[in-house]
Amino acid sequence: MQKQTENIIEVKDLVKRFGAFLANDNLTFEVKRGEIFGFLGANGAGKTTAIKILSGLSYPTSGLVNVAGFDVYKQRNKVKENIGYMSQKFSLYEDLTVKENIRFYGGIYGLSNKYIKQKTEDLLNRLKMTQIQNSLISSLPLGWKQKIAFSVAIFHNPKVVFLDEPTGGVDPITRRDFWEMIYEAADAGITVFVTTHYMDEAEYCDRVSIMDQGKIKALGTPTELKKLFKADNMDEVFLKIAR
Amino acid sequence: MLPLIFGVPIIQLVILVHAATLEMKSIDMYVVDNDLSTMSHKLLSKFEGSPFYNISGTSFSIDEANKAIEENKADFILNIPRGFERNLVSENECSVQLLIDGINGTTASLINAYSTSIIMDFNKNIIVDLTKMASIKNSSPINVETTFWYNPELNYKIYMLPGILVILVTIISMFLSAMNIVREKEIGTIEQLNVTPIRKYQFIIGKLVPFVIIALFELFFGLVIGKVFFNIPMVGSLPLLFAFTFVYLLVVLGIGLFISNISSTQQQVMFIAYFFMLVFILMSGIFTPTESMPMWAQRVNIINPFYYFMRVIRMILLKGSGFWDISKEFFSLLIYAAIMLSLSVWRYKKVE
Repeated sequence: MQKQTENIIEVKDLVKRFGAFLANDNLTFEVKRGEIFGFLGANGAGKTTAIKILSGLSYPTSGLVNVAGFDVYKQRNKVKENIGYMSQKFSLYEDLTVKENIRFYGGIYGLSNKYIKQKTEDLLNRLKMTQIQNSLISSLPLGWKQKIAFSVAIFHNPKVVFLDEPTGGVDPITRRDFWEMIYEAADAGITVFVTTHYMDEAEYCDRVSIMDQGKIKALGTPTELKKLFKADNMDEVFLKIAR
Repeated sequence: MLPLIFGVPIIQLVILVHAATLEMKSIDMYVVDNDLSTMSHKLLSKFEGSPFYNISGTSFSIDEANKAIEENKADFILNIPRGFERNLVSENECSVQLLIDGINGTTASLINAYSTSIIMDFNKNIIVDLTKMASIKNSSPINVETTFWYNPELNYKIYMLPGILVILVTIISMFLSAMNIVREKEIGTIEQLNVTPIRKYQFIIGKLVPFVIIALFELFFGLVIGKVFFNIPMVGSLPLLFAFTFVYLLVVLGIGLFISNISSTQQQVMFIAYFFMLVFILMSGIFTPTESMPMWAQRVNIINPFYYFMRVIRMILLKGSGFWDISKEFFSLLIYAAIMLSLSVWRYKKVE
């Protein structure tokens, strides 16, 4: 495997400006294929802005952004075919059932009915949700919804999946399950780009970057960063940077 | 939601058709007869014989009659002065007074028109009687008979039902479509759609199809109600009506989706949609003929989708107009639909 060598995301001098406010100030970083990349930062540090640009939801003011080999600015639809996205706002249709949601998004990505049917079955078995496949999303607990939302985001086998605070408001056990799913996806070759402000989750990532006031202040493996900032855990690293 | 979408308009249709009628059924009249003669009784019996009037009170005092109007017990006063018969016989001339409660202008002018025609009728008979007495038989009053085509009995329900149906179908489709995208914005699902490779036109078509189907069913149910409960005539071709409605719906839904695209909350949508609805409905010609509106209003009606549909549904149902009769409206709306749908595709932004 080419893991850890090929760049799947390349960002160079990315700037996003809202009037006088600089949300992203010259971001430059790369993400390798198959990596779990943690994108950390306090609220308002500019994480969501950056993730929206990377997933083609928002235009950068300037800079180069390449995702899955395509320019986000010029080849937006190519990029979109190759990425999955799960926002911090919950994004499944509450008034459709689990199965209908999967079918709907599968259809949008142009997957065949046969493929969707087969894969839905596998997926529901793996999630142990076969019983509730015909329940409305609105009737499910948040943790379950998040798991389904993640499964939907990677249903079309994207090269990269962007997760914007996927575990916000979820109980610790479900969070653990969720990270199991992230690892599974990474093993299957999907690059995971995840924002969070749980620092214990940062330890699960291959590499992390820490943003503060629109800038990337640190970037490296959790072990490297702890060494660099002479800290015992990521919590301390974070506090030293974002103080 | 579905029972609401279909149930509410049908209830509205049944109620509104009865409520929006301009027919006068029971006009309360108050009689002040100070003459108490044969002639005055003859005049009164004319009114009593009409199905439109019922006498709510009589008195010799005009003050008491005025009080009845003030207390809303009467709609108008018929005041027959003393000497009515005497003047009529001796001087061939006399007058009665109508005092009408003018609080509702439309009602007042209708009462005036009805009552005047009764008095004229009475007048004509008198002339005939008096001339007979004088044995001069040269009086043959010209009798004008009016026939109303397409609605011979001037049945307001037949006239109003198609109009109200237009409003209901439009309200349903406009509000459903206008609320739709903005609701996805509020919930957040729009973002999930925007990261998919879905094309803008595919998105708009996806939004269009269900509402077109719902609205066509709505029209169908409305027509069934019209036939069963009100027995409205359906002279023209129903497939033509549905084809026209289809084009019309593209316009209305295009406007709705456009509003939805430019708004970010459901409140904004409500406000904008309500504003346009009200203006469009009142200018559409449902109650008043558009030809009697000022020139600028008639020009504004070019962008009023109601105006086209209001005309065409009446033309097809009541008059039996064919495709060529409505082709001007049809093609105007087709162009309008193309513009509105392009606008809403253009205005749907996948990227900020």
